[in-house]
Amino acid sequence: MATPTMDKVEAEAAASDHLITVTFRIRRFNPEVSADAVWEDFQLEIDPKERVLDGLHKIKWDLDGTLTFRRSCAHGICGSDAMRINGKNRLACKTLIKDINPAKPITVEPIKGLTVLKDLVVDMDPFFQAYRDVMPFLVTSGNEPTRERLQSAEDRERFDDTTKCILCAACTSSCPVFWNDGQYFGPAAIVNAHRFIFDSRDEAGEQRLEILNDKDGVWRCRTTFNCTDACPRGIEVTKAIQEVKRALITRRF
Amino acid sequence: MPAGTLYRGREGMWSWVAHRVTGVLIFFFLFVHVLDTALVRVSPEAYDDVVATYKTPLVALLEYGLVAAILFHALNGLRVIAVDFWSKGPRYQKQMLWTVVGIWVVLMVGALYPVLGHAVREVFGS
Repeated sequence: MATPTMDKVEAEAAASDHLITVTFRIRRFNPEVSADAVWEDFQLEIDPKERVLDGLHKIKWDLDGTLTFRRSCAHGICGSDAMRINGKNRLACKTLIKDINPAKPITVEPIKGLTVLKDLVVDMDPFFQAYRDVMPFLVTSGNEPTRERLQSAEDRERFDDTTKCILCAACTSSCPVFWNDGQYFGPAAIVNAHRFIFDSRDEAGEQRLEILNDKDGVWRCRTTFNCTDACPRGIEVTKAIQEVKRALITRRF
Repeated sequence: MPAGTLYRGREGMWSWVAHRVTGVLIFFFLFVHVLDTALVRVSPEAYDDVVATYKTPLVALLEYGLVAAILFHALNGLRVIAVDFWSKGPRYQKQMLWTVVGIWVVLMVGALYPVLGHAVREVFGS
């Protein structure tokens, strides 16, 4: 770090010598200007230990204020900044520059399969509609208990993996079946159905299975594993979908 | 610059693409196969003429391609069944794919002589 004997020029050099020059190649789209999307390059000095989201911030704050993208918490929890970075779906806030080969231009595109509204912002309505369609809430009958609904550790463990979903759409928009036909429920909706189907406290498992037995339900999954590879929460998405398929065959869940 | 980039999927996505492509190729083969077999109803001579062209080196090469497509489709099909019905299948899909590729390579080497031997003798002399 800076010592009292360092002069100003030296101190500045020391403060910036860990910075590298990175090119961000961003897919820009503004329907008010042009009907076509174009690539635009931005060069910036950035610490390789920073995240892609920090780079996007630098561009928006210092270079081009019109760059449009979603982000909220910026710490991998809210799930709003899923985008296609170097060809793969990731969260911009969980991707370090040093991990994605900054020697080459870093491509940033909106996620596939959903209508692009502007730059990196897509219309998430079809995605959330599919989520609502699987009834992602606890359904019970009878009198409400006066205390918590107890569950054994083993019963909780059964669906632990699928409770981690943050609804970022990285999985659904990585799915070739979903790109082709947006009617498919998509991995994220199935993951959230799985979370309740295999919950011992829930009573609407049959109903959810019937919803997913639809022609646009689980049977459209072709096990390409793109969703499992893309999930920023490390959920074994394809495994969850296969468990729902098997539950539909055996009616045991 | 291109309109967009190709999605950079991994083993799972490419095995699915290869499964589709080989499936379509096998369908086209079956289509031709039904036609050439049906020729025997036209006349046995016409059938013999067509089948005689299958002994040429070029068709032998196509046959080797057919062996490649069918072997991959069959072996990867077993992997897909394992992914569907074996509870640990999804977790081991990559290892299973590389096993499939390994077996495929061994069988393709084994098929070299039976399928292409005749064509090689024809082209280069025996």
